[in-house]
Amino acid sequence: MANSGIYTTALMDHNAHPDYKYEMDGATHTHEGINPSCGDELTLSLRVEDGVIEEAAFTGHGCAVSQASADMMADVITGETVEEALRLSQLFIDMIKGKELTEQDKIDLDEAAQLQDISHMPARVKCAELAWRTLDGMLRENADAAPATTE
Amino acid sequence: MTETTNTAASACAIADAAHAAATSATAPDIVCAANIAENPYKRDFPLLANHPDLAFLDSAATAQRPKTVLDAQRRFYEEMNANALRGLYRLSVEATEAIDVARNRVARFIGAPKAQDVVMCRNASEALNIVAKAFAPTVLEPGDEVCITIMEHHSNLIPWQQACRAAGAKLVYLYPDENGIITPEEMDAKIGPKTKILSCVHVSNVLGIENPVKELGRRVHEQGGYFVVDGAQSVPHVKVDVTEIGCDFLAFSAHKLFGPFGMGVLWGKDELLNAMPPFLTGGEMIDNVTEQDATWAPVPEKFEAGTQDAAGIYATAAAVAYVESVGIDVIEAREKALVAYCMEELGKLDFVTIIGHPDANMHHGVVSFNVNGIHPHDVASILDMDQVAIRAGHHCAQPLLTWLGVENLACCRASLAFYNDKGDVDKLVAGLNRVWSMFHGE
Repeated sequence: MANSGIYTTALMDHNAHPDYKYEMDGATHTHEGINPSCGDELTLSLRVEDGVIEEAAFTGHGCAVSQASADMMADVITGETVEEALRLSQLFIDMIKGKELTEQDKIDLDEAAQLQDISHMPARVKCAELAWRTLDGMLRENADAAPATTE
Repeated sequence: MTETTNTAASACAIADAAHAAATSATAPDIVCAANIAENPYKRDFPLLANHPDLAFLDSAATAQRPKTVLDAQRRFYEEMNANALRGLYRLSVEATEAIDVARNRVARFIGAPKAQDVVMCRNASEALNIVAKAFAPTVLEPGDEVCITIMEHHSNLIPWQQACRAAGAKLVYLYPDENGIITPEEMDAKIGPKTKILSCVHVSNVLGIENPVKELGRRVHEQGGYFVVDGAQSVPHVKVDVTEIGCDFLAFSAHKLFGPFGMGVLWGKDELLNAMPPFLTGGEMIDNVTEQDATWAPVPEKFEAGTQDAAGIYATAAAVAYVESVGIDVIEAREKALVAYCMEELGKLDFVTIIGHPDANMHHGVVSFNVNGIHPHDVASILDMDQVAIRAGHHCAQPLLTWLGVENLACCRASLAFYNDKGDVDKLVAGLNRVWSMFHGE
């Protein structure tokens, strides 16, 4: 078979058998993301305790790229601090915009780093970004709403 | 004839010879054209020649251009370029002449009785906006109804939403049956004394179905209303004659008709164009201007404010000449054969669901479908790896996709033109098999 491009074994596996696609009980954060032009809809839920993402899950529907990207993201951010999750989402969005990542960045993004080639497919960028933008929007919104802390 | 008009006139003469050859198209010509295993047309299109492995199945979005159109655009700039209409020197007069020749050719192509009723604009959207923004307010009263179909492209939907909102009128939809046909019962229910305007897509860009425009026009005229036809997807595929249809306005784009981007046509009935106010105002569209007032130039200049894309108009006429040289009946016969083959082959794939009428004869160049359980964007991206270009998404017809109830409000669309062949369809089918096996194993 010829080159499968972005449709790697990992992507197809995450799409077909997502580990993090379920309704979460006891979520502390829930946020919806949509891509109107694709019909993609995603609801991302987190359970954050003491600044650490203890659990991440999503529901919704969309293309294989959006679904796999969401599942990869949930896997990467589980067990990370909110600050680290924000850093990772920014890394991912930078990567999709075409920015070259360091080897360490790629290791940090784990399988999600395989989606790098989407940067050459402008029509699919929004699919790959959906979950990450939803995460980013949710965490930033939450940070803005939180009471000011002294350092 | 003076020397000044020779270039435009000679271009016209060449095209006329081609047209004469085409109109003598005989039954054997049509039989040859319908032989989709052969393709004598691809060589006319430089892009297709430059991409020999590409199966271009997105002509409903924009068609490819034949060399004659590209040459015409270039020839205008190299031999005739000057600002048309106002110039008093030779080149400018010649540019003006070229526009006149082009307008006459477009008029003849669509059966328009008078060439001056052909307004050149940017695209079908702008043409429809002229009707919705300049004509509609002169006839719509609060409580009136504007009737459109659920299968409109957004370009024939949003302008009517806006016009209705501005006038306090109601936007009413004609819904087709499960096969995409608007029944007489539906027309009875929706077209009545309150219907001031009926605006209808001639051929749907998603379903490929041809709407019964003559019947729709007859009914709305009986009620004293006006009839607008969006011909963007019909003019490139079937014979469109405004007199035969009996419409009041017809809009279409040149770029779907193998012509340049940025050119559209609005044809309107003489008395309506004369009576309605201009849409855009400014240079070239005036008769006399004083400090506080202005009078308008006659039709069509009244609707052609600002400097016109004379090269684009000239190239549009070249596109019409090309279509005439092939013959619209030949084009229709070949596309029918292509669509029939495409639907037959897709029908063999049990994981593909075809959208719209089951009879291939009811699809004009368009076959929309979905691959069961796989998002259309994934399908299109994977097909692209095999150089098969299709469109996937809502096709600028979101209300239709919503009404169809398709998953993700999206579908795949293969749109065929006469320059396609059996090999293009075979590549699509092979690509779809690959899509399925990637998602579901060998």
